[in-house]
Amino acid sequence: MLRDLAFRLRALLRRGAVERELDDELAFHLDRQIDKHMAEGLSHAEATRRARLDLGGVNRVKEECRDARGVTLVEDLVQDLRYGARVLRRSPGFTAVALLTLALGIGANTALFSVIDGVLLDPLPYPEPDRLVTVHQSKPNFATGSIPYPNFRDWQKESRTLSAMAIHRSYGYSLTGRAPCGGPAGRRSSPALGGSCGGTAEQVSALLVSSSLFPILGVEPVIGRGFARDEDEVGAPPIALIGAGLWQRRYGGSPDVLGRNIVLDGRGYTVVGVMPASFDLLLDGRPRDVYVPIGQWDNNLLLDRGAGLGIHGVGKLAPGVSVAQAQADMDRVAAHLAAVYPEKNRGTGARLFPFERAVVGGVRSTLLVLFGAVGLVLLIACVNVANLQLARATGRAREIAIRMALGASRGRIVRQLLTESMLLALAGGALGLVVAGWGTPSALALLPGELPRAGEISIDATVLLFALGVSLASGLLFGLVPALKATEPNLHASLKDGGRTMSGSRHRVQNLLIVVQVAMVLVLLVGAGLMVRTLSRLWSVDPGIEPAGVMAFGIAFAPSMAEASPAAGRAHLRRVEARLKAIPGIEQVSPTTGALPLQGDDEQLFWLDGQPRPATSEGMSWALWYVVGPEYREAMGIPLLAGRFLGPEDGERGALAVVVDDVFARQFFGAADPVGKVLHLDGYDRPAHVVGVVGHVVQWGLDSDETQSLRAQLYFSVMQLPDDRMARLTGIEMVVRTGESQPVPFDTVRAALQQMDPDQVAFDPRTMDEVIARSLAGRRFSMLVFVTFAALALLLASVGIYGVIAHAVGQRTAEIGVRVALGARRNDVLRLVLGQGLKTALAGVAIGLAAALALTRLMAHLLHGVSATDPLTFAAVAVGLTGVALLASYLPARRATRIEPMVALRHE
Amino acid sequence: MGEDSIDLPQGTLDLLILKTLAQGSRHGWAISERIHQISSSVLRIQQGSLYPALHRLERRGWIKAEWGASENNRRAKYYALTRSGRKQLEIEESAWRKLTVAVAQVLEKA
Repeated sequence: MLRDLAFRLRALLRRGAVERELDDELAFHLDRQIDKHMAEGLSHAEATRRARLDLGGVNRVKEECRDARGVTLVEDLVQDLRYGARVLRRSPGFTAVALLTLALGIGANTALFSVIDGVLLDPLPYPEPDRLVTVHQSKPNFATGSIPYPNFRDWQKESRTLSAMAIHRSYGYSLTGRAPCGGPAGRRSSPALGGSCGGTAEQVSALLVSSSLFPILGVEPVIGRGFARDEDEVGAPPIALIGAGLWQRRYGGSPDVLGRNIVLDGRGYTVVGVMPASFDLLLDGRPRDVYVPIGQWDNNLLLDRGAGLGIHGVGKLAPGVSVAQAQADMDRVAAHLAAVYPEKNRGTGARLFPFERAVVGGVRSTLLVLFGAVGLVLLIACVNVANLQLARATGRAREIAIRMALGASRGRIVRQLLTESMLLALAGGALGLVVAGWGTPSALALLPGELPRAGEISIDATVLLFALGVSLASGLLFGLVPALKATEPNLHASLKDGGRTMSGSRHRVQNLLIVVQVAMVLVLLVGAGLMVRTLSRLWSVDPGIEPAGVMAFGIAFAPSMAEASPAAGRAHLRRVEARLKAIPGIEQVSPTTGALPLQGDDEQLFWLDGQPRPATSEGMSWALWYVVGPEYREAMGIPLLAGRFLGPEDGERGALAVVVDDVFARQFFGAADPVGKVLHLDGYDRPAHVVGVVGHVVQWGLDSDETQSLRAQLYFSVMQLPDDRMARLTGIEMVVRTGESQPVPFDTVRAALQQMDPDQVAFDPRTMDEVIARSLAGRRFSMLVFVTFAALALLLASVGIYGVIAHAVGQRTAEIGVRVALGARRNDVLRLVLGQGLKTALAGVAIGLAAALALTRLMAHLLHGVSATDPLTFAAVAVGLTGVALLASYLPARRATRIEPMVALRHE
Repeated sequence: MGEDSIDLPQGTLDLLILKTLAQGSRHGWAISERIHQISSSVLRIQQGSLYPALHRLERRGWIKAEWGASENNRRAKYYALTRSGRKQLEIEESAWRKLTVAVAQVLEKA
């Protein structure tokens, strides 16, 4: 055996030498034969001719010697491939259908795998990602609260298990002041203003960070330097790092940006470095424009241990420390702080989560469910191709029988048929790559900003390897059974009946495959059905507002406003309102700060009148806090249930007024009339009177609002904000309702505001319809993918059922002809064929229902308002799928009823 | 080549080659000559089929090949039986004898 292999290998690898030896050997033979003939008295020429005749064609001999040397294993493969390609070309219909089926199946799998590879499998782009954790301050009922800055400083000092800890806080700056024109500067500015690069104000996204952040993540500036250890202290000189995006946009990527002054919210900062374009802290596709040391934050609550300012942390575990050990250590630190500062820290803790979980957390299970679904699609595609092959094998039975009669071994023919399948699978896989390459980006485009690490998704070597593996596995899967069936030793029978009838066992295999296929389709359809029901449930949730025609956007006041008195601030706000209201098409205008439905939350502590003032915040109650103008209710379309909404009379000089929602009313006043009740707001020295009740607005999301513990809502007039809060307003959100007929272009709004002051910036326009749609985008995407997969599966299975039944009818033409000749009526024939289809389909449906019951539990987290075993969905899908199966069998059945007995018998 | 010579039955060429080589190593031409002589020119061997057979036997390890000098001092490829070739020859010889005896019996008595 070994010698055999060595011989073949030498023949294969040292081909040239072996060929030369063969030449020499045959030349020697011819010479001797010529000598022999000459010795018999022939002339040299005649002797040569005779010698050649004796040997036979030299080339033929060489060819036979090559065969005998057994390079055949490889040569067979080449031959099989050629033969396979020829066979596939000869039946273009089969090949096209099979290729398309495989391309879709493999393509969908490759596409989804490329997403999983980019999002879940690739390590995070930071050194030692396993050691990174996110850090939050937990409060009762809330694990991921923000960290008060003084607590962070203490945690940093007292932790023994984190080798480093850092914090970051999202921020928006108004960037003003002259910038040199380097590249395509001022792209964000309005064309109406000429788009000059100097002096155009723009809103930039920023991150306030501690000095330790970049070293923890192992990220260094591309030019310049990072922040040194003490540069994040309060009172340190103002410096900033800028993002690569801003660098290109505003400074044309020029290195002399270093040392320049940039003006953020009217304050000058020295640029010390530029962060790489790839840096995107939480990998959410939102890289920042500016990074500023947190000590620069002009906020007198920064040093307040009780303030929740949206600061979150990142930590790096010391070598060899697990997350659980670090958590235990942080529990100790937090407990100590709670004992030292009971009034601010009681009930709080420090919570650590693996960084990767924070980035991809919720997506993992969704992606895995979708991957399971797409795997089923591929299995269904494989079953289809297998069935096609089985059907075709009947037609090829004669060819195969002849080859076996001529001495080809079964193994040899199975190998040939498998080669053909592999060829098909690889071609399908190549097409599938095209499908994936085209499909992935277009699918991801449906999901803006909802998928973490979306930027890292691409077809790389891993994905190619996956596609290759999946293709080969598919080829084996759909090729083996047909190949074994086709070469079953029933040679005699095949030759006898001319390869026209199908052996019973092959038919059984086909039916079995259909049963499996129907079962898998049912599972997918149930999954898709549950997702559709979830989405329709969510869309029918009343958001509490009338979103059509509502637009929200941000305004950053000119930096000069920072010095304005509270009175001037209020006056400016009123002017902005009036200016916007003057724009034709805008019907209502309201400033809003604090919470905004589905976008951001803000809370206010209060206690009811008649209670003594609670000693600590723990004795007070929380409510969602909306600080708005008089037209807010109408602008958003919130129904008024009792009393009145806030009005112009609730100004800085009036008594404090609040409006509550019905949830608040029920929770705090029960059946009593809320209007006229009095509350005390934490931080305000006067009592506030409830003047009206409005309907509840969904704050947290259509899918989760009802399950949140904090739902009571309070509306408060922006004009009644205390003077110090008013003075700190550097900007505000605006909500406007436009006439439903014509939307107002945002450029008009921006131009109007810039007309008031060139340094006043309007940014981030969004309609409430968009906001609601975006809040469901993730679920919607999962649903779309699921429904696409299920539809694909249904289509494949219908084609499969149709194909098998049609084929069976074709094979049974004679039998049916005899039945008709013996007096069977058309209905009997119809029933016979339909019955066969129905039996198969029902078996598949039954198995599928059982499988779906077990499997849909895995997707329970994707559902809302629908049970994973929702009987309605299960029943509807079972009935619908049976109907489709019947329809797929009906077409061939009808053909069967038209069979004329005489024609049928002659056909045989 | 005699006019009344017969074609070699399939599969017997290997046996003849092995038998010829049992007396010592030979090159291809010598093998064909030897078979021709011994069979009194009755067996007609297509010379062209000899070489593929030699290569096949070599691959199976029943014979081995070696380049050497021929009787007229030219380079020639000599084949010799291996140990497993000798065993194979015994097996095939006995199988052949059984077959011919059986066929002869049938021919005589049927």
